[in-house]
Amino acid sequence: MSIIAILITYIFISNFILVQFLGMCPFIGVSKNSESALGMGMAVTFVTSIASVVTWAVYTLLLAPFGLEYLRTVAFILVIAALVQVVELVIRKISPPLYKALGIYLPLITTNCAVLGIAIINIDQDYGCLQSFFAGLAAGLGFTLAIVLMSNIREKLDLAPVRKSFKGVPIAFISACLMALAFMAFDKSLLTNLHLV
Amino acid sequence: MANKKELTKGLFKENPTFVLLLGLCPTLGVTTMVSNAIGMGFSVLFVLTLSNIMISLLRNVIPDDVRIPSYIVIISSFVTIIEMLLHAFVPSLYTALGVYLPLIVVNCIILGRAEAFANKNTVGDSAYDGIGMGLGFTIALLLIALIREVLGSGTITLFPLGEWSGVIHIPLIEANPIRVITLAPGALLVMGCIIAFNNYRDNKKASNAKRENK
Repeated sequence: MSIIAILITYIFISNFILVQFLGMCPFIGVSKNSESALGMGMAVTFVTSIASVVTWAVYTLLLAPFGLEYLRTVAFILVIAALVQVVELVIRKISPPLYKALGIYLPLITTNCAVLGIAIINIDQDYGCLQSFFAGLAAGLGFTLAIVLMSNIREKLDLAPVRKSFKGVPIAFISACLMALAFMAFDKSLLTNLHLV
Repeated sequence: MANKKELTKGLFKENPTFVLLLGLCPTLGVTTMVSNAIGMGFSVLFVLTLSNIMISLLRNVIPDDVRIPSYIVIISSFVTIIEMLLHAFVPSLYTALGVYLPLIVVNCIILGRAEAFANKNTVGDSAYDGIGMGLGFTIALLLIALIREVLGSGTITLFPLGEWSGVIHIPLIEANPIRVITLAPGALLVMGCIIAFNNYRDNKKASNAKRENK
């Protein structure tokens, strides 16, 4: 697959939140206001892009040559946990403003399904190094898109009259359902129509 | 009996999915078919119980500073075991669960129980807690999958047994299923409605209690 096709696939066609449900916990938990949603989205994008490349390298250079493919789950989660720590340290050192914006979200990302998910999807799809990077980037961007849209909806919902039982999380799920319906408009035929496959 | 309380609290009162809203990714991702929900539920039950036992056994050995990485290693080892078992004995289920199977590692329920329960309690209590929470998760998945599969394709898919193909057909709905319920938006819709129903029941209980106090 070309890089543009990968970008379109992971941002729209199989959007991580609205189609594959990876990273639902922060999607519901951190989407109450748009500022923190954007921060979370950027932090996730940052980590998925780097983690895709690093896990690809670990798999192809360390695990595959020694026939240790079955250890990928253990290896990936450790690599991701270590990576998040390193990213946190580096950002704190070189860019304090960025750290201020992303800092509180970074520790949460280790247990975000989206990061381990993209690492495993990259391996399952046999992506190369560059393709993995762009898949990670696109997955993060898709996550950011969904969570920012969601936070804007929820800010408006706070002012809307909602039945007591549906207030808060339930109505958020229903809104996400409508967004997912809209995202169903993007499907695999889009790639064919754009002559990318 | 204390053990019984550990076992039953996960089923309803502290149900990990509906009340604590943990582990949402697999809940929404695999509930298109009842058989997938059962497979996922029991995989989580297996991992949760064994990792709870293991962590509880090692709770005095693991230093506090590195406890989270140690838990993750223990959990991911058990996930690898269940992955290999399913791959070897139930390959169809292994393919159907796909990426959600290795993602059990980052299921918040398991790490949450390790941190909140297993590292403070005895082995027996932790095992009961793991079984209870795992069953609660399985029941939640089963409920969502039943609603989605019955409305969305008019069938109930269980596991094939001998002559029987394992699929129960529901006559009227099968001809005119509401297809969208099995697709991505349906999962979110069903989940939202179930949580709203839960809230409705809680509100009613609270207002009844208030009336009685007056």
